Amino acid sequence: MTPRRRIAPSAVVWLFLGAAYFLIPLAATLLFSLRDDQTAKCCTYANYSYILHDPDFWSTIRLSFVVALETIAITVVLLVPTVYWVHLKVPRLRPLIGFLALVPFVVAPIILVVGLLDVYRGTPEWFYAQPYGFLAVVYVVLAFPFMYFSLDTGFRSIDVHTLTEASQSLGAGWPTTLWRVILPNIKAAALAGSFLTLAIVMGEFTIASLSQFNTFSVYVQYINQNKTYPAGAITMLAFGITWAAMLALLAVGRGQQAPITEGEK
Amino acid sequence: MADVELKQLHRRFGEVIALAGIDLDIATGEFVSLLGPSGCGKTTALRLVAGFDRPTSGRVVIDGKDVTDVPPNSRDIGMVFQAYSLFPNMTAVRNVEFGLRVRKQHRADRNRRALELLDLVGLAQAADRYPHQLSGGMQQRVALARALAIEPRLLLLDEPLSALDAKVRVQLREEIRRIQLELGITTIYVTHDQEEALSISDRVAVMSGGRIEQIGPPAEMYGSPATPFVAEFIGTMNRLTATVADDGSIDYGGLRLRVEAARGLPRGERVLCLVRPETVEVVRANGTPADGALTGEVVSNTFLGSTSRLRVADESGARTLTADISTAQGIDLVVGTKVVASFPADSPRLLSLADQPVSPVPDPDGR
Repeated sequence: MTPRRRIAPSAVVWLFLGAAYFLIPLAATLLFSLRDDQTAKCCTYANYSYILHDPDFWSTIRLSFVVALETIAITVVLLVPTVYWVHLKVPRLRPLIGFLALVPFVVAPIILVVGLLDVYRGTPEWFYAQPYGFLAVVYVVLAFPFMYFSLDTGFRSIDVHTLTEASQSLGAGWPTTLWRVILPNIKAAALAGSFLTLAIVMGEFTIASLSQFNTFSVYVQYINQNKTYPAGAITMLAFGITWAAMLALLAVGRGQQAPITEGEK
Repeated sequence: MADVELKQLHRRFGEVIALAGIDLDIATGEFVSLLGPSGCGKTTALRLVAGFDRPTSGRVVIDGKDVTDVPPNSRDIGMVFQAYSLFPNMTAVRNVEFGLRVRKQHRADRNRRALELLDLVGLAQAADRYPHQLSGGMQQRVALARALAIEPRLLLLDEPLSALDAKVRVQLREEIRRIQLELGITTIYVTHDQEEALSISDRVAVMSGGRIEQIGPPAEMYGSPATPFVAEFIGTMNRLTATVADDGSIDYGGLRLRVEAARGLPRGERVLCLVRPETVEVVRANGTPADGALTGEVVSNTFLGSTSRLRVADESGARTLTADISTAQGIDLVVGTKVVASFPADSPRLLSLADQPVSPVPDPDGR
């Protein structure tokens, strides 16, 4: 019989402190969101009802979510083959790309958006004036470091050269090798990058606000400024929705593995 | 099945010459091993045949067709790699099926074929296991089955056993040979293990410095090495630098030894006398100096199982002979025992040092 592993008391203390650090603000926000907007007394669901019945809530969250998915799709399509190629053919470029990936961290979003608005000025209206065009492109730049470093870690965890050569020796071309051999083995890394991208896009305010798109974060900011207690409710809702979106993405990612392992039987 | 021709293959990596002109013809169904130390160019040669690399110059011809510029996925070559190369996201049977799936073979047919091949390598029971659930030896068996599934015209094996423990290595190399003979598939096998190469190959090509030093059947490579490097690399060898003395003898640092191969050679010519340790006889000295033999004492006695390796040196320590004798005999000849070491006059091979190319020589006792 395997002996039961004993947890050190200090570990329990640290675990408790860590959990408290995250859970106390959350609990406080929850309690705050349950107060009545007129009397400030607990407890009522009126603030949640107010937010959920506001059409702007649904339109902005849909917009942000679609832009997030678009950003993830563009980032994955651009970066997976690129990082694969760099690992396979030009590994000496890895430090350079790692450095470039840090640029979005270094350049402040306000400078980034002003610069990009200027760069893309004169592009067609359907791109420049639409969140699904301009905003998604800017978010791809923002997501670059998160997706790149996730993928880089994923590619380093597999033997890219041997797997590629084994696949090719069996007759597979580049697309088959990438789709059937490489992608399934870096899926966890791609999903991690996608989660981060989703969280960033759902919460990004500066760029959306300055480029005058009414995204979910802009709506949250509006509620925060104008409605005291519903602001708590929307914070809790945003928290729950982002987590739900991540779980949905995880479920989709897991579902994609089926044709490779089980579905082919 | 295919015949393979490598024609003047050169490969440079910047200033480094990995292959300095390889010429090799391999007949249909033949098992040829490329044997040599690290950095001799054997894996580079294999990668050129596989198409993973392009030669600086020279051609690769398979079945009379120049495939030098053909991409690897169109060459119809199966390959087993040194590193574990199974696709981690697929079970053993899915791995074996992969090449057939790429060829768009019907699902039922490819499944049947994959199971047949897993059975051939003795892993039918592990068909549904993922690579991380298989041992190293099992993974290489599955990799072999996967390479064979596409019925390649040529099978390439790049040190497939080097990561396995000694017992599994011997077992698996015998299986590889059995399967190769059963299927009659032309095979090129890269290894640095001379025992491995000698035990399973039809011919062995010993490589050094990007060139093939010698190629021939295992017995010939062992018995008649053409260069000092081959003599040293294949098995253990006594290397006695000597000069030709009278007809049929050599002078080894003042010691006269009878060597049939010296007959007819010009007196005074510098030669390398190569003597296999198993041909050296060692007996206790009876007090009187022996003619044509090295009188000295045992300076080391290494137990090797059924045999013992003795190193005998004369008083000065300048002249030595290594002998492999039965352990039963070796037990009595402890270090310090006065002995006489000799070899039959017809057993050594002589290489003239005047016309031999200078080549790097590995560790004398390296097996």
